[in-house]
Amino acid sequence: MTVQQAGGRRSRMDRWLSLNGWFVFAFLYLPILVVIVFSFSGASNVGIWGGFSLRWYRRMAGNEQLLATLENTLWVALWSTIVATVFGTAAALALDRYRKWVSRGTFDAILYMPVIIPDVTMAVMLLLWFTQIGLPLGRLSIVLAHIAFNISFVAIVVRARLAHMDSSMEEAAADLYASRWQTFRRVTLPLIMPGVLGGGLLALTLSLDDVVITSFVQGPGSTTLPVHVFGLIRRSVTPEINAVSTLMVTASMILVFASLAIQRRGQN
Amino acid sequence: MRRLLMLFAALALVATACGDSGSTTTQASGGTTGGTEAPATEPPATGIQASADACTLGETDGNLNLYNWPEYIPHGSLAEEAEVTDLLAAFEDQFEVSVVLTEFDSNETMLAQIDAGVGYDVVVPSDYMVSIMRSADLLVKLNPDAVPNLSNIAAEFTDLPYDPGNQYSAPYQWGTTGIGYAYGTIDDEAGVSWGVIFDPAMSAGNAGFISLLDDERETMGAALIYLGYSINSTDPAEVDAAAALIKETKDRLAAFTSVGYYDLLVSGEFVVSQGWNGDFLAAYDEASTDDYDAYEDFGYAIPTEGAAAWVDTIAVPSTVEHPCSAQTFINFILDGFNGGELTNYNYYASPNAAAEEFIYEEILEDPSIYPLPEVLERLEFFEDLGDFGTYYADAYSAAKS
Repeated sequence: MTVQQAGGRRSRMDRWLSLNGWFVFAFLYLPILVVIVFSFSGASNVGIWGGFSLRWYRRMAGNEQLLATLENTLWVALWSTIVATVFGTAAALALDRYRKWVSRGTFDAILYMPVIIPDVTMAVMLLLWFTQIGLPLGRLSIVLAHIAFNISFVAIVVRARLAHMDSSMEEAAADLYASRWQTFRRVTLPLIMPGVLGGGLLALTLSLDDVVITSFVQGPGSTTLPVHVFGLIRRSVTPEINAVSTLMVTASMILVFASLAIQRRGQN
Repeated sequence: MRRLLMLFAALALVATACGDSGSTTTQASGGTTGGTEAPATEPPATGIQASADACTLGETDGNLNLYNWPEYIPHGSLAEEAEVTDLLAAFEDQFEVSVVLTEFDSNETMLAQIDAGVGYDVVVPSDYMVSIMRSADLLVKLNPDAVPNLSNIAAEFTDLPYDPGNQYSAPYQWGTTGIGYAYGTIDDEAGVSWGVIFDPAMSAGNAGFISLLDDERETMGAALIYLGYSINSTDPAEVDAAAALIKETKDRLAAFTSVGYYDLLVSGEFVVSQGWNGDFLAAYDEASTDDYDAYEDFGYAIPTEGAAAWVDTIAVPSTVEHPCSAQTFINFILDGFNGGELTNYNYYASPNAAAEEFIYEEILEDPSIYPLPEVLERLEFFEDLGDFGTYYADAYSAAKS
């Protein structure tokens, strides 16, 4: 009887928890669902349903300016993610390994700075820096700016993973005469892979999203999609934006599922 | 603690950098004012201004870097869809240079980029930004020999406070800030008064369905006009009265918003909204279908007390790399036919007198785009208030919260 009661209470607790889980999912995904649904609306105003239509997808496919900004966005996101993931992971390993550094606290602070400081501050700093050193602004300057803030995010995620890693694994590899590179390649990297992928995906998302920093450090012809969309709001927003967003959400979903699949295969 | 110190160090660095550009600004503004008041005593132009002055009509000196708002000039498939001339392609064909379009999302980011020295040939700043850029010496004076189409500009637009005589900029498009509303919700027989928002009795019936722009100058400007003051008032008492009025009105508002209000008006969330004419008309246009005409249900009015007007301009920044191509492009835009196509594309009024014959009849006859002469007299342009601007910002944010 008492056991049953306890069980009952636990299942009520469970029900609340799962309800909360659904609530969180709804909170996160309903707005996205609305965007997806309305991207198929034939009406000309965002948020008014006007029957099923592929009108906005057709218009998007024919809009060269929008596609050019999309191409810039993807190019920037790809390169900044790759570079930031490599450097961010390396930075995380360095900070984790060389614990005796006198200046480690300072190093930590410097590394986390881009996470703490406001976008606008960082945007102005980067713009001034690029123009001071005479770097021509364009796709390259946007990639460099995105790498600058993404390294920190990747490093934070990878360090969280490293903190829970059992160092005896690496010691065992060393005992078995693995070279440092072999240890890293065969033992450390697979162990921290979920962190590296997670950090990389975070970097990709942040890069795809960024408006403020990009709009400051862009150069002739390198406008990205978020800057284009944000500037359009001044006049009026057409459901074409819903169509673009839907494609971008779909692309991110594919990326997330792909990375999950890779991780799972790694575990097996 | 150490992190905080790092943060402060970085902020100090930024502050120094900003301070530097600030001091150049002050010096430069002295020079510019001197030049404007007494052109005769102007020192001989040097550097980029000299090369701009040497340009001749139709001369090009390389590809054009255009820095504009998104979808503010007809080109590509959007021009095709709107059945207007692709102006970028037409320019490329006629002058055999290519145009690289970069888009900005606010006047302020554009200013930051020019201030930092990024090379663009032509920019499209709004009126108040022209004052700011002029006083920071960030615009190049136009050479009337290279831009003879400056004479196409209608007389009303040749002597506006942000750039008297259009020496540094040419007006590109203009419009008004008024009231968009659903017919039948307010009394508009004798014109629409700002009272439909600010008068407690007149607006009571629509309480909860009214929106104001979220902009310290525009929102405060509407309150100032309703109270009978200038939108450029620098009298703290008048500004305080406007802020107090906004505070009183707040309870009847659905929102302070500068984004998407036109769509919310069309979908019925709002019935009375303060906003920009082009936005309302674009929303009405887009809501109309083959069997529904949104213009039968919604209107736009420039209130009887008056309203704020704005001008976007086309200008050459001091970071220009191809001053002759830039001025040739401005001259091309100021051409009557091309100016007309600009308006046929985006439904904002053209300040170009020569463009009128090329603009669709329905646009010219629409008083919400082309106000009647007696309405024109009640329009006022925003002026840069310098340091007093922060008084507006403070009063507005206090009224809103």
